[in-house]
Amino acid sequence: MVSGLSSRGADGRRLPTAVKIVIAGGFGVGKTTMVGTVSETRPLRTEEVLTDESVGVDDVSGVERKKTTTVAMDFGRITMRDEYVLYLFGTPGQERFWFMWDEVALGALGAVVLADTRRLADCFPSVDYFERRGTPFIVAVNCFEGEQAFDLAEIQTALNLGPNVPVMLCDARSLESCKKVLIDLILHAMKVRGLAPEPQQA
Amino acid sequence: MMPPEDPTQERWPDEPPRPAWHEPAPPPVPPLLDDPSGPMVRPYVMTSGRLEPARGKFDLITLVVAAIPEPDGQLGLGPEHLAILRLTQQVMSVAELTGHLDLPIATVRVMLGDLLDQGLISMQEPEPEADMHDIRLYKAVIDGLRAL
Repeated sequence: MVSGLSSRGADGRRLPTAVKIVIAGGFGVGKTTMVGTVSETRPLRTEEVLTDESVGVDDVSGVERKKTTTVAMDFGRITMRDEYVLYLFGTPGQERFWFMWDEVALGALGAVVLADTRRLADCFPSVDYFERRGTPFIVAVNCFEGEQAFDLAEIQTALNLGPNVPVMLCDARSLESCKKVLIDLILHAMKVRGLAPEPQQA
Repeated sequence: MMPPEDPTQERWPDEPPRPAWHEPAPPPVPPLLDDPSGPMVRPYVMTSGRLEPARGKFDLITLVVAAIPEPDGQLGLGPEHLAILRLTQQVMSVAELTGHLDLPIATVRVMLGDLLDQGLISMQEPEPEADMHDIRLYKAVIDGLRAL
């Protein structure tokens, strides 16, 4: 939505439009690393304070006296020419904060689900979430140092992904690797939204 | 303020009433003013208890820019409102503002609503999800990523 009155700055210049990509996956899989690798600025953290009422009832054991919980999301920024600014949001690690996921996923160009083959099940909730929501996503297997490469078809089968969801290897510390993941995601999102008749780039 | 040793602090709210032999029971305290919820108080006070902004939705990636030059503190605004006007001399997203101010998103949203209401900021909402079929958007993002 563009409001004619409010979309120009003090100098009358039209403001750029922001778009976002979500980086999801299990705890410690490299979401924040990926955000930091591609961000032009030091990644920032945004926080929301919750009361017990908004938190899953199954998850307060051991913290019974805790009245508030802080949900944090790390995010980075990439400025694209003059018209667009891209933000990358790492989702909160715990799946119980679904309402934050909803806020981040709404209006996202697409999502990268980061996976670690040593703990593949950790990315199931993210895959389920984006499948249900209809957000275009790809799975990127973060290859930690010294880890052997896995057969991508096996991972695709293990995650029960349809043949239309791209699966690729990546190194979240490498700018070139992260760029490729994000570009492949955008190409996939175009295809899902009927914008790219040409076949997906390998 | 409750004394720290007060036993009612340790109780579940849905526990049965205290038995009569446990007298004397201390007077109840209003919620949100006791020690355990201390971190909640400051942001809540900054917004005068409001939870929703007076105007605007303020998505995390809504871009905000000040509509006036850097203020000198004569506008009758609080320090956080002034900090937003200083930060938004450059175009900045709501998420970035919360990160720089180290305040919860809901608090920043309310303060942005105040500033928008007074015409002190301009904003650009992100594209709604239904409008994500503009091929120029995707091409611009791919070009921007390739240029990294």
